[in-house]
Amino acid sequence: MIDKIVPSIEAALADVRDGSIVLVGGFGGAGVPEELIDALIAQGARNLTIVNNNAGNGELGIAALLKAGRVRKIVCSYPRQADSHHFQSLYRAGKVELELVPQGTLSERMRAAGAGIGAFYTPTGYGTDLAKGKETRVIDGKHCVLEHPIHGDVALVKAEKGDRWGNLVYRKSARNFGPTMASAAKCTIAQVYEIVELGALDPECIVTPGIFVTRVVKVPRRKTTAQPAEAAA
Amino acid sequence: MSYAKLTREEIAERIARDIPEGAYVNLGIGMPTLVANYLPKDREIILHSENGILGMGPAPLPDRIDMDLINAGKEPVTLLTGGAYFHHTDSFAMMRGGHLDICVLGAFQVSATGDLANWSTGGDAIPAVGGAMDLAVGAKNVWVMMEHLTKEGRSKIVSRCTYPLTGIGVVKRLYTDLAVIEVTPRGLVASRLVPGLSFDELQRLTGVPLLPSGARAAA
Repeated sequence: MIDKIVPSIEAALADVRDGSIVLVGGFGGAGVPEELIDALIAQGARNLTIVNNNAGNGELGIAALLKAGRVRKIVCSYPRQADSHHFQSLYRAGKVELELVPQGTLSERMRAAGAGIGAFYTPTGYGTDLAKGKETRVIDGKHCVLEHPIHGDVALVKAEKGDRWGNLVYRKSARNFGPTMASAAKCTIAQVYEIVELGALDPECIVTPGIFVTRVVKVPRRKTTAQPAEAAA
Repeated sequence: MSYAKLTREEIAERIARDIPEGAYVNLGIGMPTLVANYLPKDREIILHSENGILGMGPAPLPDRIDMDLINAGKEPVTLLTGGAYFHHTDSFAMMRGGHLDICVLGAFQVSATGDLANWSTGGDAIPAVGGAMDLAVGAKNVWVMMEHLTKEGRSKIVSRCTYPLTGIGVVKRLYTDLAVIEVTPRGLVASRLVPGLSFDELQRLTGVPLLPSGARAAA
């Protein structure tokens, strides 16, 4: 019997090694696997390469991982936010490396990894500082830049519901990088708010089929919605 | 003769009125998101957000905020009836793949041939690009919304961008606080100058040669 559900978040992350490339879902605050990141800090792996759209906000999540000194390199599209101070001070001190990637190229490089594509040409970034030193080619009259896949050792994603085969559904714009990252790593760990019986997810609506998922772990629900006024009173 | 510059809201209103029925539109982050407030109510215009939303609606009431439903600027939004969610790779396929009719972006500089510089001022700042380069190369029409002049009074329309480029030859049209400027093979064509501003005065303020358009419509 296939059962990808693991009993605890610690068990889910037990084998993450030093030096791993870790794909971390989320865009801004939506879809961030906060419990998995907290557990990764506790687990102790260091010298990590983190792939995420941002470079941590405030004190939680990737910001806390940075603060704990576990990150060697960040691959992201948008590290400059008002509250990204942990990244900013480490970057300015030369203690963390930054690879800045246009957001669509970041996503497509992970898609290529998951899809077994060797590399691909994209018009994004042609002629800019972010394409410096990269191979280029004119295809159908368009200047394109050669980009290579980003393979993860581990992907940490947040989904809404999962089953024991690893099938996942997400919630609203918290889906963002989750499905692509799930396909691009050797070991994909999904945190979910709800574990459901096989068959409970509508097969027409499963977003990430279980083949892309290694482990599923349930975490207590964190509300992302405001309290309706009438209920708050 | 004296003239008044358009406010950001007035530029946004101008842009909104130029978006046709049925258009798929991305409004980037920052100033261009104001355009959403002025979309004509009698047109169905579908807003796209890079983080996986089509049919994005306005900000929710405070008691309806859902932080799983945010825009590219990470602010809470809503979904209109008929809207859809999708993952990032699909979202950027829409952007890069030429499926968006219009995107409206801010800019530090735009060149006479439509080069766009809007992601970095270089120097010491931490660089951050987000989805700007994908939108710049992918949308069918890239419109720029910006002030005509810098705070120091220098033209943001330049012969050659000195700030790092976002895309080469990508901008089709500029909406500034002084005029609307089309990037054409003949050069930059200025129209819809604010009332009281002469073409000669606009030319004096602008760093590169402009062509007057045939008809000068009212704002």
